[in-house]
Amino acid sequence: MPPPETRPRLHTWQRFGLAIPYAWLLIFFLAPFLIVLKISIADPVVAQPPFTPLFDATRPPGEAFHATLENFRFVLDDRLYVLTYLNSLELAAVATLLCLAIGYPMAYGIARASDATRSVLLLLVILPFWTSFLLRVYAWMGILNSRGVLNSLLLWAGIIDRPLEILYTNTAVFIGMVYSYLPFMILPLYANLVRLDEALLEAAADLGGRPSRVFRDVTLPLSFPGVIAGCLLVFIPAIGEFVIPAVLGGSDTLMIGRVVYDEFFLNRDWPVASAVAVLLLLLLLIPIGIFQRYESREGSES
Amino acid sequence: MRKRSTFLLTAMVFGYAFLYIPLVLVVLYSFNDSRLVTVWGGFSLRWYGELLRSGDVLSAAWLSVRIATVSATGATVLGTLAGFALARIGRFRGRALFTTMIAAPLVMPEVITGLSLLLLFVTLQQQIGWPATRGATTITIAHITFSTAYVAVIVRSRLASVDMSLEEAAMDLGGRPFRVVRDITLPLIAPAILSGWLLAFTLSLDDLVISSFVSGPGATTLPMLIFSKVRLGVTPDVNALATIIIGLVAIGVVAAGLVLRRRPAWRQTE
Repeated sequence: MPPPETRPRLHTWQRFGLAIPYAWLLIFFLAPFLIVLKISIADPVVAQPPFTPLFDATRPPGEAFHATLENFRFVLDDRLYVLTYLNSLELAAVATLLCLAIGYPMAYGIARASDATRSVLLLLVILPFWTSFLLRVYAWMGILNSRGVLNSLLLWAGIIDRPLEILYTNTAVFIGMVYSYLPFMILPLYANLVRLDEALLEAAADLGGRPSRVFRDVTLPLSFPGVIAGCLLVFIPAIGEFVIPAVLGGSDTLMIGRVVYDEFFLNRDWPVASAVAVLLLLLLLIPIGIFQRYESREGSES
Repeated sequence: MRKRSTFLLTAMVFGYAFLYIPLVLVVLYSFNDSRLVTVWGGFSLRWYGELLRSGDVLSAAWLSVRIATVSATGATVLGTLAGFALARIGRFRGRALFTTMIAAPLVMPEVITGLSLLLLFVTLQQQIGWPATRGATTITIAHITFSTAYVAVIVRSRLASVDMSLEEAAMDLGGRPFRVVRDITLPLIAPAILSGWLLAFTLSLDDLVISSFVSGPGATTLPMLIFSKVRLGVTPDVNALATIIIGLVAIGVVAAGLVLRRRPAWRQTE
């Protein structure tokens, strides 16, 4: 939050303190992004680097500046790329809804627990986050593979007579995503639900509302900002996810993060990889915009 | 006093079981002598032995720890400065761009951050000849860049909640700005700086995607090594490694809990 008085002139030490992180981010955050944009409008060539320069003085006059939208047209015309974008959106959306379904009751339960229990329950939600993300995703391989724990259990119980193929399918990707992103859903929901004024709930109950009705008409609408925050915190990283589909998904699991990786390293087509990345970012601008508007509104309220 | 519904209790038990069963199973497998996860071959420390004997795991872990230490420290310095700028300097030219550059890495997909940084390093190499090779240095730079944003957000929100009248009083009493920051503000926000460092350290240790993009042939971090192993399927020595990491985190959390409990009373009221 900006302080009330604005300082017309900055002290030297303030300038200095500001200039260092500013310069770092300009060089290592903004500049790389501009380079991606630049390469996405260059022609691919078989050379090192594998793209044409935007400006080349050695070319004949009038053609020294060269840019093309061909890479974007190529990506958008290709059914496979479009399908991958849609598939990423769908996978992320389903994973988000599953997280909400599991996370909401948990967040509600934590918020309604006694103070001592609450801090333990919260710590237990955060704790897995401090262990390795990759290893937590890997843990599911031992559970889901055809001779894994889950299949052995189901076979032993006689529920199935042949192992289920779960590992290397979209089902495994869903499980991995819900597992990895569940804390991101629970924490903002909890932060919202814990502030909920219990007097409102008591008033509703005193006026004769049944618990389910009180929940539907009072709790749920009031927790809506928390639901939005949680959903976006899951949805945004899930769209560009690379590790989970790479470890748990099959060859038919189309996710855009993986395509960028493969396009870059396997096909070495930098212009197309850059165009795919730029389109992914455009896709993300909508949920990010909603998130920032919501964040600034929440910030000005509190 | 409170009526707790069976539904809520069931949902919570299920939720926590979901979060912890995979971790418990990994710990169990790590002591299993058999290579197959479902066959219990008896208790054994065999995989720990194999882990300690494999030089590549140890050198990758050491590289990861070194990169995480340096990048967390760098990110803490830059992030604290950025947090100060955002919380304490009202208006300056380019504030909107600065705010965006701080917020953007938090939502940027890792593949895009990794790809763009690699393209920057390749371009720089062609233009000015630096960095000559990609490896530990480029990974460290990449990690500093994305961790700075997290530290800045933590420090900024802490500064926003610190009472500015303390700083103003110190200024009124004739303290020079630098001294006020050193003697008043920094001690007040020390917990935020520490948690920023820890978060940056964890993020760096954990990063696979960005490291894979910006690394060169010589440098393999621990997540990169694990990734190359698990792509081939379940390997028991990774279970042992996971167990060690889970153990370290558990020890760290208990230690942090003890330190916080001993915090002086005047700080707990904040």
